[in-house]
Amino acid sequence: MITLIDCMLFALILFIIGLTGIFFNRKNIITLLMCLELVLLAVNTNFIIFSSLSGNLEGQIFVFFILAVAAVEISTGLAILVMVFRQRKTINIENLNILKG
Amino acid sequence: MINIDLFVLTKIIIVLPLVSSLISGYCSLLYNKIKNIYIDFISLFAVGISCLISLYVFYGFYIDKYKTLEVLLYIWGVTGGVNLEVGILIDKLSSIMIMIVTFVSFMVHIYTMGYMAQDPGYKRFFSYISFFTFAMLVLVLSNNFLQLFFGWEAVGLTSYLLIGFWFNKESAIFANLKAFLVNRVGDLGFIIGIAAILYQFGTLNYLEIFSMTTKNNISNFYTFYIFGYECYITTFICLCLFVGAMGKSAQIPLHVWLPDSMEGPTPISALIHAATMVTAGIFMCVRMSPIFEFSQTALTFVLIIGTLTCVMMGLIGIVQNDIKRIIAYSTLSQLGLMMAAVGVSAYSAAIFHLMTHAFFKALLFLGAGSVIIGVHHEQNINNMGGVGRYMPVTYITMLFATLALIGFPGFSGFFSKDLIIECIKISNMPYINCIYYIIVFSVFITSLYSFRMFFIVFHNTKTKSILYNNVKESSVFILLPLLLLTIPSIISGWVFIMHIINNYFENTIFVLADHNVVSFVKEHYHSRLDFMIHGCFSFISLLSLCGIFVSYYIYIYKPKLPYVLKFKLKYIYIVLVNKYGFDIFNELVLTVLVKKISIICGKILDKYIIDGIFVNGVARSIFYFSNFFRKIQTGYLYTYVSFMIVGLLILVFVMINS
Repeated sequence: MITLIDCMLFALILFIIGLTGIFFNRKNIITLLMCLELVLLAVNTNFIIFSSLSGNLEGQIFVFFILAVAAVEISTGLAILVMVFRQRKTINIENLNILKG
Repeated sequence: MINIDLFVLTKIIIVLPLVSSLISGYCSLLYNKIKNIYIDFISLFAVGISCLISLYVFYGFYIDKYKTLEVLLYIWGVTGGVNLEVGILIDKLSSIMIMIVTFVSFMVHIYTMGYMAQDPGYKRFFSYISFFTFAMLVLVLSNNFLQLFFGWEAVGLTSYLLIGFWFNKESAIFANLKAFLVNRVGDLGFIIGIAAILYQFGTLNYLEIFSMTTKNNISNFYTFYIFGYECYITTFICLCLFVGAMGKSAQIPLHVWLPDSMEGPTPISALIHAATMVTAGIFMCVRMSPIFEFSQTALTFVLIIGTLTCVMMGLIGIVQNDIKRIIAYSTLSQLGLMMAAVGVSAYSAAIFHLMTHAFFKALLFLGAGSVIIGVHHEQNINNMGGVGRYMPVTYITMLFATLALIGFPGFSGFFSKDLIIECIKISNMPYINCIYYIIVFSVFITSLYSFRMFFIVFHNTKTKSILYNNVKESSVFILLPLLLLTIPSIISGWVFIMHIINNYFENTIFVLADHNVVSFVKEHYHSRLDFMIHGCFSFISLLSLCGIFVSYYIYIYKPKLPYVLKFKLKYIYIVLVNKYGFDIFNELVLTVLVKKISIICGKILDKYIIDGIFVNGVARSIFYFSNFFRKIQTGYLYTYVSFMIVGLLILVFVMINS
């Protein structure tokens, strides 16, 4: 039997994987975007769990919103990525620090 | 006679010179190829019409057709409950002033056509003098202190511009800067006085203020204590206003700019530095008579300063050699006399003398200009001599002007001067006996230096003159104003004396009953002839005649005598030639002191405190601060994310705890 705790642990693990990915990923922007997506999915999972537990559909409707936003965000991000690559011939994060103070 | 609205007429009088000034200024700046004759036409037309209307308005007041008119044109601004207004106040006093201003200005406009004909700055000059006329009209027609101050500054500005008209001449630049700076001192006092008026009365409008200064009211006014002495605010106001008048009307010790201002062209010496602008201070004091009357201290101060100026400046006139400077010192002396008249509350006599003086002094200056042109721009009287034979018209007009100046019986100056002296004689101010004799002495001095100049320039054929060839009479444009000015120089005294004595300015000038010296004079004289006969046989006329003979004896009969006297009276001579050391004192002490203070302020206060601590200090501290914090901005995404997460955690903790 899958309990609430299990579900939440799953979401937490997803979330932490996403965060650590953002944290420790020093190489690739694509990985970074994927990790970002992962964080959002973790939140989505939480929404679905609580929605199905409480029998309220609003949470699941919200998930669609988040998915839509995430899709838009990732497409924008990829577009920027393409532009960055064209400009600088690299997508290595180590080299993308011109905003350094 | 068509009854045209006084208000409309006044507006036309003010606006025409401004329009003329703008047109000739525009042509001078952007359209210089236009022929001078068009500028002449526009300026003469504008100022001439203005002059005619002024004469008409003056005549209207003279025959009591017009009544005092006060109009608010518009409200320029409202601040702190005080309306800053622009308005017109025209009464007997301002009507006489606009008559003087526009008439002399018109004469000078005509004269300029002859005098400045060859000058490249011809149009600029017309623009300036038309603007001066406008500014002076604004000054005399204002109905509140703000507008008065505007006119005051505007005439100061034109004076500055015109003294330095020949801006390639170093002495002219020095002189106009000097005039400007000395006037700053006066204006400082003036504006403090206006502020004090605003503080006490809460309004700047003349009539509202004058309605508040009544005998019952005056004791309720604000008083303050200086070193334990009780000081009334009326005294304070009057003294501050008088400091302004001292600057503009060149009273001791702020007189130093006027002799130097003779560096400017002669027409403006006649218009600005003899007839109109320098009398603005006297006009202002007369206008403020309802306030001055209530301050015995201020009146005494005015009297003493006026008397000192009168006699001391006259004495300098004797030793000067520059024809224009002699007349300038004579102007100073006469201004002192007018101030002394204000000091004994003989305001109407002061205005009377202001009027006659404006005519004959403008005439003197214009005549001097004619002589200067005749002898090819030579101003030293010792290089002239016997000019009279070659310039008969100038000679005659100058003779009349000089006779008017010394108060020769029958001429305009006689009536006004004699009236002032009579007023001083019967006044009850402190030290009045002493002051009376000083003034009488200055009458002698006036006649001495005036005829010294006259004899040396026009008669003296014994000194070897280098200028005998090619001296000829000036052009008609120069002679016409001379002749036109001769008429009022002779008759204006005769025409107006009885009006002045019979309280012509009854509703305009306020005099306390026990100060009213002019009405005391009235009791002695019943007609013009009475006044004249009495004047002819008084020892004042005798003294001025004496002055003529003494100067004839010294400078014509015994031409060696001046040198002997110069040697015998060496110390007096040195004092007089150095003008009592005012200039030396200013240059060696005041200028140096002010420069030192400026250096201290500039180098230390400004550079280290203002710039160092406040301006650059703020920038520098921000620089250090941000230098530290910019290290946080690494540019790496993971740093930002980690900050975000840390922040999020802190937020979560805070929310859980609360």
